[in-house]
Amino acid sequence: MQRVDLFPTHEYQGLKLRSGRPYPFGATVIGNAVNFSIYSRYATDCTLVLFHNHEEEPFIEIPFFKEFKLGNVFSMMVFDLDYENIEYGFRMDGPFNPQEGHRFDKTKILMDPYAKLIVGRDVWGQQPNWDSKYQYRARVVFDDFDWENDLPLETPVNDLVIYEMHVRNFTCGAGAGVKHPGTFAGIAEKIPYLLELGVNCVELMPIHEFDEFENSRPSPVDGHMLYNLWGYSNVGFFAPKAAYASTGRFSMQVDELKNLIKQLHANGIEVILDVVFNHTAEGNENGPYISYRGIDNKTYYMLTHDGYYFNFSGCGNTLNCNNPNVRDMIVESLRYWVTDYHVDGFRFDLAAILGRDQNGYPMANPPLLESLAHDPILGKTKLIAEAWDAGGLYQVGSFPSWGRWAEWNGKFRDSIRRFIKSDEHVLADVKERIIGSPDLYASQNRGIKASVNFITAHDGFTMMDLVSYDGKHNEANGEGNRDGEDNNNSWNCGWEGECEDVGINFLRHKQIKNAISLLMVSQGIPMVLSGDEMGNTQFGNNNAYCQDNEIAWLDWNNLEKNADLFNYFKKIIRFRRQHKVLRYEYHLGHNDYRNLGYPDFSWHGVKAWQPWSGYNDLTLAFMLNGQYADTDGVPDDFIYVAMNMHWDMHGFELPQLPEGMAWHVFANTEMAAPDDICEPGEEPVVENQGEVLVGGRSIMILVGKKAVK
Amino acid sequence: MKAEIYKLGASLDSSNNAQEQEKILALFEKGTNVILDMTDCTYVSSAGLRVMLYSYKVAGSKGLKLYLVGVGDEVRDVMSMTGFEKFFEYFNTVEECQKAIGN
Repeated sequence: MQRVDLFPTHEYQGLKLRSGRPYPFGATVIGNAVNFSIYSRYATDCTLVLFHNHEEEPFIEIPFFKEFKLGNVFSMMVFDLDYENIEYGFRMDGPFNPQEGHRFDKTKILMDPYAKLIVGRDVWGQQPNWDSKYQYRARVVFDDFDWENDLPLETPVNDLVIYEMHVRNFTCGAGAGVKHPGTFAGIAEKIPYLLELGVNCVELMPIHEFDEFENSRPSPVDGHMLYNLWGYSNVGFFAPKAAYASTGRFSMQVDELKNLIKQLHANGIEVILDVVFNHTAEGNENGPYISYRGIDNKTYYMLTHDGYYFNFSGCGNTLNCNNPNVRDMIVESLRYWVTDYHVDGFRFDLAAILGRDQNGYPMANPPLLESLAHDPILGKTKLIAEAWDAGGLYQVGSFPSWGRWAEWNGKFRDSIRRFIKSDEHVLADVKERIIGSPDLYASQNRGIKASVNFITAHDGFTMMDLVSYDGKHNEANGEGNRDGEDNNNSWNCGWEGECEDVGINFLRHKQIKNAISLLMVSQGIPMVLSGDEMGNTQFGNNNAYCQDNEIAWLDWNNLEKNADLFNYFKKIIRFRRQHKVLRYEYHLGHNDYRNLGYPDFSWHGVKAWQPWSGYNDLTLAFMLNGQYADTDGVPDDFIYVAMNMHWDMHGFELPQLPEGMAWHVFANTEMAAPDDICEPGEEPVVENQGEVLVGGRSIMILVGKKAVK
Repeated sequence: MKAEIYKLGASLDSSNNAQEQEKILALFEKGTNVILDMTDCTYVSSAGLRVMLYSYKVAGSKGLKLYLVGVGDEVRDVMSMTGFEKFFEYFNTVEECQKAIGN
């Protein structure tokens, strides 16, 4: 059967047209036509501008006829376009009256907010034509990809070990040894490495189209070019960053990213996207016209009463997330990444902004967040909030969740960092963090699965720098070391920066092992910062957003130099993944509610069963009862962790195990490699079953299991 | 079973994808396997990749085969990165292909 409504009704300068379908917005191929549809509440007229690929001048500009407008939507079908060879944009006419919120300017050619393929920055760092009047160009996408039987993996969230990474930083550096550095294809080449490390989820820092040249400038320190490397500044919400694809020069970034995700899935690795819905790359009133401000400024942005841009993002403007139409765009975008790219989850940058109303006030039940929590397509998608914004709203523990949203647990980071550097005033807080932060997440049925635990993330020091620098060293960013976080809770172990002192370096490695141990034996979803497993340094720079060079790139030679760290990370990650008792979904009972002889979880000190026994509030131990975490009736082991953040060695009295079981030692950070950690399951028995000696600033992890005669 | 040889020009993209698609499918309509000779083809666009994969799927649905010959390094690399590579069987020359499939 052929459709009867796919015949042209109009002709304009030789092109055949027909009134379009208002929905879906964007450019959609229907039969031998492309349907263009765009919403603007306040525009009076709209023109479709078509270019042949890479050409400076359009070959045609087609006005939307009066009969092509329905409500506030302009839509038309254009027939017989060679759409692989077409770039399209819009001109919008309407009032220019900034005080009223309107900034229409029909001299500008504007990108489609729903563009699924954007060209113009196709090869990273290649200077664009700055005189071009249309910089970021929408194209019609081929959205057919052969996924075969792939789907999002739907790994239980409490089983995840997340690896936060950046497309360029991961494979641009020395020794990466890939054919396509800095690209999606480059990540695919490193899948065997990710498998060896043992993570089962990668969280990609922003991969939506952005402009690396935004605010690019030579560094006043040494003249090297500073770029927008991190990409927290969206040009479009539906298109992948072209220059992150080795095939971006052929505009095949969509297929290259899909192929990466398909391959990661085939290896059991989920993909979470870091998404930035709080602002766009258009900046404030002095910024460029890319799309939104010229299409419907008052719809897309939060504006002050006199028409200036609210700046809750710290980046010049704030997306008007709780305007119903912007909300729809965000929901559409997320659904698109899940249905078309099989993405497993999202981490929302500065998510507190998503809960502000159109005047900037925080809402109790923000409609956008509620929509996402209940969305049918996103029903199994991981939703993770960075639960604060640059406007001072801090919602860790109180982010509106409907039992669906998890959070980056910033308090885990702060408390564990302080504990590791022997802060004597943090023990009570550390205890909350280890058991999944019930003080934050026990309410609203959120549970342990709401807590994404981390010690390091892209913002702030790397793990190696956390133990090598007391203060930040951001001079290379060219802002007089004023940018970046001041409160790092770091300790340099006795010397500021890299050094040759064997004792200091041993202590640094030990502190890193202490940190990753606490991350992996705490309840909650652990997130590892890419590169920490090989001791990556940013030379004290804790805000490397603009350092597209050795500062931010992983130096893969560190794998060999810091082989003990990589070995430790691998094994502790495997240990977590093998022990269900470390991965509870809901908070623990702290009693023996199944009458098994031991509580599910118990605190201890240097004396068993007496958590208050210790030194300067720097010693603590806990025991998990594996009988409470059985798999098909087979109980897990007991796990006992002794933490001595005091500077002297202390004996820890061990709780007695059930008859026939014995304590075995899995890890002891005081020991030099290879005696610091063993293969999970091959732990040697502890000689003295009554007590272990734990070195100063050290952690021991023991496993209680059947004694082998 | 006999395989017909079909030779592509310098590129497979939106300028010729419809015509090439039609000609390749016509061969499958005749019930023959196809050896797609890409020795001279140095550029395959998104549309071109889809011609190849669509042809492969049509062949499969008819119990027929599509063999690729002389795929250049860059085209092969692009196919690998975009996920199109895995579907096909590759040969360096038409002769090598014919020998391998007993044609």
